[in-house]
Amino acid sequence: MSVSIRSVSKTFIKGRQEEVKALENINLEIKQGDFVTIIGPSGCGKSTLLKILAGLDRQYEGSVQIGGRPLHGPGIKQGFIFQEHRLFPWLNVEKNIAADLPLSDREVRKKVDDLLETVRLKGFEKAYPSELSGGMAQRTAIARALLREPDVLLLDEPFGALDAFTRTHLQDVLLTIWEKKRTTMILVTHDIDESIYLGNRILIMTQRPGTISRSIPVDLPYPRKKSELPFQQIRQKVMIELESAGLFSEKMVKG
Amino acid sequence: MSKTKAEITAGILPDSIHHSAEKEAFQRLNVGLSRILKGLILPLIILAVWQAAGSLGIISENLLPVPTSIFQAFKELASTGELWNNLQISSIRAGAGFILGAGLGLLLGGVVGFSNKSEELMDPSFQMLRTIPHLAVAPLFILWFGFGELSKILLIAKGAFFPVYVNTFLGIRGVDSKLFDVARVLEFNKRKLFTKLILPAAMPNILLGIRLSLGIAWLGLVVAEMMGSSEGIGYMIMDARQFSNTEVVFAGIIIFAAAGKITDSLVRLLEAKLLKWRDHFKGEKGEI
Repeated sequence: MSVSIRSVSKTFIKGRQEEVKALENINLEIKQGDFVTIIGPSGCGKSTLLKILAGLDRQYEGSVQIGGRPLHGPGIKQGFIFQEHRLFPWLNVEKNIAADLPLSDREVRKKVDDLLETVRLKGFEKAYPSELSGGMAQRTAIARALLREPDVLLLDEPFGALDAFTRTHLQDVLLTIWEKKRTTMILVTHDIDESIYLGNRILIMTQRPGTISRSIPVDLPYPRKKSELPFQQIRQKVMIELESAGLFSEKMVKG
Repeated sequence: MSKTKAEITAGILPDSIHHSAEKEAFQRLNVGLSRILKGLILPLIILAVWQAAGSLGIISENLLPVPTSIFQAFKELASTGELWNNLQISSIRAGAGFILGAGLGLLLGGVVGFSNKSEELMDPSFQMLRTIPHLAVAPLFILWFGFGELSKILLIAKGAFFPVYVNTFLGIRGVDSKLFDVARVLEFNKRKLFTKLILPAAMPNILLGIRLSLGIAWLGLVVAEMMGSSEGIGYMIMDARQFSNTEVVFAGIIIFAAAGKITDSLVRLLEAKLLKWRDHFKGEKGEI
């Protein structure tokens, strides 16, 4: 579904008197089926924005509408993938995906089986989170969110803690899902390559106060090749934008 | 060892899967048996030394009867039916007291853990009551509820209450707050929040509370039965002491130990089943 964010601002109160503007006047229209990536340095408020979209953070000014309806709080229709997998450690993979829904229900069972196929976890349905690798656990978390058929999937640096190979693999899994279901995706990252590889629109966020300084469309066909020229040209565009905002740091070059 | 590779390749074939599963089960049984045997080494040595010392007249039969005469006393008690009768009565008392105490502990620990207001209201009083020893309240309970079953069960329940209460409370307060965000995103209602998140997350602590509580229930039973009763294992011990029947005292103690161990093993079995998801340190393997 479409997401529309109108003049959203957020202020944290730090200490007694001090106020920190985390977000200032964010305006954003995201169409149904868009894959938007938000990139910016740590502390620019991108995660805060995502929490607001999820309904997890209700202390803000402005308005957020999802599918034309004002947002009322967290719910299954705004699927959220956290940086850590946050699976229930006492449930195995398939029960984690089902969570509060009964696997004895034939419809739930079928959906879970389909999703296990989609996120390539067949054969691991009985494994506990402690027995999974980071990538497998995150795939389980994605399946858990997808089972609820969200209108929009919000991803908060979901692959940040994974190694490069696993990360690429999960990015492909995510693209497959997106192509299949056309769920609106909003992904926050600090990895430039990731933002270009996945998004059909890149939003660049600058910090203090956090605002969206630029929106860069990416019209490359999927699957994208990181080594090819058009990809590199967009990469350059993003870099120039980040450099001109004085945001460039060593850490971000390494991705 | 040279067969290992062949076995692995054979294990892939469907018809030999059954065979290898059987073998695995046998191996597990073997490991279990050797564990039990290891646990028996120390007690057996002690028993042998004890028997020898008694038979040689180094220690007095009156103070420390030899294992064989304790066994004899056991056989007599069992054959007259006295043992089973007393054991049954004691088990019912301990069971009733435990269920009452642990049940209330679970309920109130849950309530106090869940809401801050009830914590402020109730927890200080419970903490005050917790430190009062059994022996101090036993006379009061007898005064209030008489020598009947009620005072005994209440005394056991008082002891059984606190470990479950404290551990349930701690378990609930220890639930990872990050998982609460997940519960909000997944739209858990209050009931689901409790059954799907809080209860399973607090389960390790609750089971620990139950284990401790069972132990204390047996202790409370002894106090209750020694204070005044005409049946039960505690009574049997007191009665035998008056007649210097040391073998029977020993028999009673052994029964308490065995009953305590059996109930503890049952909870551990439950723990193994309910907490099999836990990935934890299981102790160093190898020699002592």
